Amino acid sequence: MECRARTAVVAAALGVLAAPTFAGESALAPSRRAEILHLVRQECGSCHGLRMKGGLGPPLVPEVLAAKDSENLRHVVLHGRPGTAMPPWMRFLTEAEARWVIEMLQKGLPSE
Amino acid sequence: MIVATALLLAGCAQPMLRGTGDLGLVVERAAGRLKLVETTGRTALATIGGLGDLSHASMVFSRDGRHAYVFGRDGALSRVDLLSARVERRIVQAGNAIGGAISQDGRLVAVANYDPGGVRVYDAQTLELLADIASEYGEGGQRAKVVGIADAPGNRFVFSLFEAGEIWVADLGDPRRPRLTKYRDIGRQPYDGLVTRDGRYYIAGLYGEDGAALLDLWHPERGVRRILDGYGRGEAPLPVYKMPHLRGWAQAGQLVLLPAIGRAEVLLADTATWREAGRIAVHGQPVFVIAEPGGRRAWVNFAFPDNDTVQVLDLERRAVVKTLRPGRAVLHMEFTARGDQVWVSARDDDQVIVYDPRTFAELARLSADKPSGIFLASRAFVTGF
Repeated sequence: MECRARTAVVAAALGVLAAPTFAGESALAPSRRAEILHLVRQECGSCHGLRMKGGLGPPLVPEVLAAKDSENLRHVVLHGRPGTAMPPWMRFLTEAEARWVIEMLQKGLPSE
Repeated sequence: MIVATALLLAGCAQPMLRGTGDLGLVVERAAGRLKLVETTGRTALATIGGLGDLSHASMVFSRDGRHAYVFGRDGALSRVDLLSARVERRIVQAGNAIGGAISQDGRLVAVANYDPGGVRVYDAQTLELLADIASEYGEGGQRAKVVGIADAPGNRFVFSLFEAGEIWVADLGDPRRPRLTKYRDIGRQPYDGLVTRDGRYYIAGLYGEDGAALLDLWHPERGVRRILDGYGRGEAPLPVYKMPHLRGWAQAGQLVLLPAIGRAEVLLADTATWREAGRIAVHGQPVFVIAEPGGRRAWVNFAFPDNDTVQVLDLERRAVVKTLRPGRAVLHMEFTARGDQVWVSARDDDQVIVYDPRTFAELARLSADKPSGIFLASRAFVTGF
């Protein structure tokens, strides 16, 4: 619990730094990036598939996401989609982190 | 149960005879492998590879307990021989699958698919396609994702259509000509389903509203009724970061245990009246609520971010009696048939931990690569598994 709170504080600080200009990878510490990738693969993966090819939730692969509006996608990640099974992730991701997640998904997750 | 076939394992010079009653498979979901385990000495015997995308993999067992039918997220159906520890046959039968079931007579394996939505039924020996049931609903011919498939007596399969809010019963008495009975408007977004161990009831949990849908398979003509209606009492639900799972382990004596959706509670329904018989406040959003074979207690794990915790419920006292922290990301729990052990997977610690359910003592710890589901071969003999 303490660890999670600390992560959130660090993440929030990173978010403040990163948000106004760009969401590039450089704004997020490598360890945090690894945590986020783990979260995306494992927790998002439980509905969208470990390989993001879809499940109860739709596929999150570049062929599907690349043409979509990234701001809108980021909003869905942070706030969820009412009426569907998509929950809000804002408790676990800052704005900047969500932006990075969308960037990663739109170009395809790096191989493990 | 004694099968006169050699278990050819690396390092075994002499083929030996053994049964499969104490064998099981642990899914190493990221690596696409299975770990063959045994519950007598509580050891790992072999690793079986080449199974593709095993996120959300599940399996059923052949009626002789020798083979596992593994359902992969990538639509693969694999027949795995537990004795030779190898994949015997593998077909990719759909683009995206969620699970499956085996018929009462053991001859048919049915796979529930998301894409294309429907159920495909295969010959359990040859994996030849026998029937293809499209989950079409509404006017436009769209197909729903199929969830909660389970076997019922009489070579029937029962399943739910997520987007459509329907329950279908497929009678495979003639395997190439399934007879379908469709129940419409059973509730919004059924997310999973179960058949009770006696084969009498099918229950679909609902994600889109507070309640569950109940079908009495002894009296299918009476239709589907709602149970536990409005259990959320109008309160705003909490976000659900992982969909709960249902199966026949929900039954504990006269009770059926169901995870509340969006509430940190386990709901108890009385199977005599189908009214709520109480609820137990727990640590987070329950994912698996698994009754001990004896039905006195139940073990519960939780959705992210509370997935480092397992709680044990005393169903007589209707209370949490133990809180365990087996490891990071506890994904699944499985009891041995007689309830002397419970196996718990902790994905992020790469561990499977075996507990004595009576004393909570740790009996063994096995390493596994990102383990998720644990499936013991004794499931072969239980309706609804």
